[in-house]
Amino acid sequence: MSNARAKSMRTPLGRVRNLGAAHSGTGDFWRQRITAVAMTLLIVPVVVVVIMLLGRNQAGAAQILGSLPIALIMLLFVVASCWHMKIGMQVIIEDYVHTESLKLIAIMANNFFAVTVAIASIYALIKLSTGV
Amino acid sequence: MAEFALPKNSQITGGKTWPKPAGATELREFRVYRWNPDDGKNPSVDTYYVDVNDCGPMVLDGLIWIKNHIDPSLTFRRSCREGVCGSCAMNIDGQNTLACTRSMHDVKDGAVKINPLPHQPVVKDLVPDLTNFYAQYASIEPWLKTTTPTPQKEWKQTHEDREKLDGLYECILCACCSTSCPSYWWNSERYLGPAALLQATRWVKDSRDEATGERLDNLEDPFRLYRCHTIMNCAKACPKGLNPAEAIAELKLKLVERQI
Repeated sequence: MSNARAKSMRTPLGRVRNLGAAHSGTGDFWRQRITAVAMTLLIVPVVVVVIMLLGRNQAGAAQILGSLPIALIMLLFVVASCWHMKIGMQVIIEDYVHTESLKLIAIMANNFFAVTVAIASIYALIKLSTGV
Repeated sequence: MAEFALPKNSQITGGKTWPKPAGATELREFRVYRWNPDDGKNPSVDTYYVDVNDCGPMVLDGLIWIKNHIDPSLTFRRSCREGVCGSCAMNIDGQNTLACTRSMHDVKDGAVKINPLPHQPVVKDLVPDLTNFYAQYASIEPWLKTTTPTPQKEWKQTHEDREKLDGLYECILCACCSTSCPSYWWNSERYLGPAALLQATRWVKDSRDEATGERLDNLEDPFRLYRCHTIMNCAKACPKGLNPAEAIAELKLKLVERQI
C-alpha cells in the first residue's frame, strides 16, 4: 500500500472514483490505430523511395521528390509516424511516470519533440520537392 | 516513477526449514512466503515437507496439511476448495492461480513455490489486502440499472442475448488476472484492472440494462480503461479460462463505435 493511500482516510470507493472519468482516450486510441494502418500501407513505398535516394546528390534527390505521388507518400508517412510516435511515447510516460509535475513536463516535451520532428521533416521535404 | 524494486522492508530474507515429518514415505517440498505484521521482520520463505500420501492432491491440500501438522501459524484464505469462491488465489510456481484447483503434481521440478498475489499489500503470509480491488469492482456498479418500471415478473432476455454473457458471468473475482497485469502493477490506483473491466463488459453487454451509455461514459478514461495494452497475462492467469483482454477490447470497440 502506498504511503499516500495508507495515510488517507478517504473511503476505498472514494479513492477509486477520485476525480471521475476524463471522458477521453478513445480519440488517441483510434488515431494510434489509424496511423498504424497508414504506416503499414506506406512503409513499402517509403523504403523503395529511400533506396532510390541512396547515393544521389541534392539535385538527384530533388528530382525524385519533385514527383507529386512520391512527395505525398513521404509527407503522409512523416505525419503518420510522428503522430504515432507522440501517442506511443505519451502512453509510456503515463504508464511509468507517476510524479504529476514530472509527468506534465514529460508530456509537454514529448509534444514539442514530435511537432518539431514533423515540421522539420515536412519543411525539408517541401524544400527538396519544390527545389526552393 | 513506477517502483521496479521491492522496498527495503519487503525484501525477502532467509527463512526457516521445518523438520521433515517422521515416518513419511513420499515427501513434497513446499517453499512458502511468510510475513508477520507483528514481529517487525522482513518477509522470508519457509521450507516445509508435506507427506503426499497423507493429504489430497491439490496445492491447497498441501497448505492445509502444513497448517494442521507442522505450523498452525501459516495464514492463507480458503473456503470452497473447488474453484468457485476465489478465496485461495495465490502465486504458485510463478503463476497466479487457485490453490484448490492446481494439482501439486502439475508443478514440475522440485519445490512447490508459493507467494501471495503479486503487487498487493500483504496482510499476513499469503493473504493480500484486496480493498482497492473490491472498491474498483464496486465502482463499475455491478447491478442491473433500469429506468423502465420493473415488470411484474422477471426482466426478459432472448437466448441469443443471454449467450452474450457467457465467458463474462463466470468470473469469481479471485484477482488472479488483475494482479498478474503489469499495467495494474504500475497504476492500480487509477487503472481498473482486467477483473473489474471484464465485469464492466458483462453489464455493458447485458441486453436488459438501460445504462449502457452511462457505463461507457464512466469507463472512457486514459487510466481507467486505456492502461490496458493487451498484454494478455490476464487471460493466461485466469483459473476459470476466461479472457478479460478480449472483454476489454470489446469495450474499446464500443467506445469507438459510438464515435464514428
